[in-house]
Amino acid sequence: MKQNYKLNAQIPSGSLDEQWTNYKSSLEVISPSNRNHLDIIIVGSGLAGASASSSLAELGYRVKVFCYQDSPRRAHSVAAQGGINAAKNYKGDNDSIYRLFYDTIKGGDYRSREANVYRLAELSSNIIDQCVAQGVPFARDYAGYLENRSFGGTKVSRTFYAKGQTGQQLLLACYSAMSRQIGKGRIKMYNRHEMMDLVVIDGAARGIIARNLVSGELEKHTAHTVIIASGGYSNVFFLSTNAMGANASAIWRVHKKGGGFANPCYTQIHPTCIPIHGNFQSKLTLMSESLRNDGRIWVPKNIEDAINIRTGKQSPKNISEKNRDYFLERKYPSFGNLVPRDIASRAAKERCNAGFGIENNDTNEGIFLDFDHAINYYGLEKSNELGINNISTDTIRSYGKQVLESKYGNLFHMYETITGDNPYNIPMKIYPAAHYTMGGLWVDYNLMSTINGCYVIGEANFSDHGANRLGASALMQGLADGYFIIPYTISDYLSKFINNKNEISTDHEEFHKSEKNVRHKILKIVSKKGDISVDYIHKHLGHIMWKYVGMSRNKPGLYKAITKIQELNHFFWKNIFVPGNIKDGMNYELEKAIRIADFLELSELIAMDALNRNESCGSHFREEYQTKDGESMRNDENYKYVSIWKYQKEKSIKEEIMYKEHLIFNFVKLQTRSYV
Amino acid sequence: MTAKQSLNFTLNIWRQKNNKVNGYFKTYKIYNISPDSSFLEMLDILNNQILLEKKEFPIAFDHDCREGICGMCSLYINGRAHGPNDLVTTCQLHMRNFCNEETIYIEPWRAKTFPIIKDLIVDRSSLDRIIMSGGFISVGTFGHPLDGNLIPITHSEADKAFDAASCIGCGACIATCKNKSAMLFVAAKISHLSLLPQGKIERKKRVINMVNQMDKEGFGACTNTRACEIDCPKGISTEHISFLNKEYITSCL
Repeated sequence: MKQNYKLNAQIPSGSLDEQWTNYKSSLEVISPSNRNHLDIIIVGSGLAGASASSSLAELGYRVKVFCYQDSPRRAHSVAAQGGINAAKNYKGDNDSIYRLFYDTIKGGDYRSREANVYRLAELSSNIIDQCVAQGVPFARDYAGYLENRSFGGTKVSRTFYAKGQTGQQLLLACYSAMSRQIGKGRIKMYNRHEMMDLVVIDGAARGIIARNLVSGELEKHTAHTVIIASGGYSNVFFLSTNAMGANASAIWRVHKKGGGFANPCYTQIHPTCIPIHGNFQSKLTLMSESLRNDGRIWVPKNIEDAINIRTGKQSPKNISEKNRDYFLERKYPSFGNLVPRDIASRAAKERCNAGFGIENNDTNEGIFLDFDHAINYYGLEKSNELGINNISTDTIRSYGKQVLESKYGNLFHMYETITGDNPYNIPMKIYPAAHYTMGGLWVDYNLMSTINGCYVIGEANFSDHGANRLGASALMQGLADGYFIIPYTISDYLSKFINNKNEISTDHEEFHKSEKNVRHKILKIVSKKGDISVDYIHKHLGHIMWKYVGMSRNKPGLYKAITKIQELNHFFWKNIFVPGNIKDGMNYELEKAIRIADFLELSELIAMDALNRNESCGSHFREEYQTKDGESMRNDENYKYVSIWKYQKEKSIKEEIMYKEHLIFNFVKLQTRSYV
Repeated sequence: MTAKQSLNFTLNIWRQKNNKVNGYFKTYKIYNISPDSSFLEMLDILNNQILLEKKEFPIAFDHDCREGICGMCSLYINGRAHGPNDLVTTCQLHMRNFCNEETIYIEPWRAKTFPIIKDLIVDRSSLDRIIMSGGFISVGTFGHPLDGNLIPITHSEADKAFDAASCIGCGACIATCKNKSAMLFVAAKISHLSLLPQGKIERKKRVINMVNQMDKEGFGACTNTRACEIDCPKGISTEHISFLNKEYITSCL
């Protein structure tokens, strides 16, 4: 086992509920008059980046924010639908900070850090209050109080939501707060810019090389500290629920500059996406997990029915109740349709592999999410409430539809637009797809990576979700990191610059070196005039990843994946065609090519990490390690650690060295995760 | 399900290298498109053809989430912002909504306040500047001490604010307006914040600042043709414009 790679997680001492409070009081603070001499660069403007930038600018630091989109409001956090968790116990169902903490640890299959997760649970309530103050129109009950719903992996109702647009509303609130600071001149915003490299001077992050995506020019930016908030890397699968531009380049550049990459193989597959329709599909669309509150998941019990549905000879509506297999309710009676995402996804895959899939595509992969029961149930409830007897079935159903409309109207509309089917009348078809990445850059309790002064927040870091992320907790982590954690921990780091400002000029040789490397790489890409498009390579990579490093993995498959990825990488650098030259302005193909070059390297590391972990946990399911019921089998004795990969300068990915952070559980007893 | 008939189209697409040169329409033919493909997937296929012919640059167009939420996509299709369907963004438009052998015109958003960057991509930063001028509640981000439940908001008020808040800032309302007015965009933000108790305190200052900034950016006036409402992918009602006008007048008094 390797050690000594700056892997002190800085976990404070004391009991769980005192750690953060005590730790905060030990951190250095900087007086307001000194803050405006300190520069901070933030890469990414999603929930984590926008909340951090508005908070830090408000404290008085000079902040520069970079995003590849045309406006920070477009960050992919905007697409999160379902909600955000908070332990407020408004519903009186015995929720508490400890219970949220425990659910998150258990949901992550005991592969996350206790101290971080507890802090997250502790801050969750503040987030809701902060967002309400900023004008987030959360759902309200008829008395005017905040409404909740429940989500996968929990038995309480703790998810706050704004219809199916929670992410959008939360992001718009951060974006507003951020805009206020941009207007005041405290934040300088760089839209349509992409980070190309991290500049490290004397072992500390001191700036970035960015590319202006409109002019194509490379720019140098210095700062006292750099915060990476660039999101996850699910697009490594090509078809995923991530935005088309979401990429791994920023975290990969940091990794190549010395940032440890933690648990790369933990990539979450979300159970409720719209199935693939054909070969030219560009991306997948998520249907919020909240739908599992009211929708029941099933496939036909008889294989003939499944075949008839696929070929259009039979409508799912005509399959009688006794011929339906509500497999989640059957296998996991206590959580039913609300089991965590990894469990639900694997169960769907298992049924489809067994031949019961209902979608008419190449793979037959698809299951039903049926709202018929909910429509009748809510319709009847509404009629009772109105005191109407002898009511027709049609009227009951129309009342029921109204209730569903108010809860999920936009999602149903979206589904109908994409598929042409009306989910009020015919069950939705869904299938799992790559969604969120729990792995990312390793950070300590301060959210600092293994590079001094380089912080990583939100989905870009690895810290809070372990091997699997429970629903409605990504938004929570992004905002907790940005609003309430980084402003404290970063001031401790920045305080050392008070007496010695240590300004760095962009003329520093490290900046020149970094810029030269970036220029060289771009030149190398545009000078290849092969015959293969970037998209072709990306799709190919996606196929390899989905097949061998997707929902389930095995040893021979992973070896195969590594070889295939290496071959593809080689093929990429030989046969790629990107139009234009380095001096051209806007060039989408070049942007994509740079990102794919990074994905190709990262994929290899993901497969290596999956190969190393000889156990099944959370989203990482190794076929060799399962119980006889097909459930995942953890190996706590040997694998209760975070794997952290260190890039070896100028060497290939296969030469990377793995380090370990052993996870210590002082407050939770490790148990087999069961949702039966 | 029986196999669906694939479709062929003639596409007239606006090409423009940058804002310094003139643009022009160029005609392309495309064959064998699945009716289940999205509009942007069709453009992907076309771009792949263009790319491998190696004669010209692929067509640049903005897009990102492809789920109808981020507001990045922005095509003017057959004379309508986001194409022929109501209540969808371009990325959520599917080819089953077009006829086989149809000729389709594809242009960038048309407004002076949205200068063209390249081909179908325009610069919408004027909308960001309007938000910077006052589209927020000036609350600190340090962790608000007041419990969210201590500010009760009626169900209907929260709903109304939510409807306004669902604006994705795509700019379709402006592109489709004959006056190139940004009233619907600004009104949505004003309604969202002013309808909520937290936002009421700053309401006067907010509306004046935002309207001033809107004028400064060069957006036109609203003459109530309601085209914006028709093309808004999120169905934001022009009622909010009436609300904005009332807010503005009472704030100026």
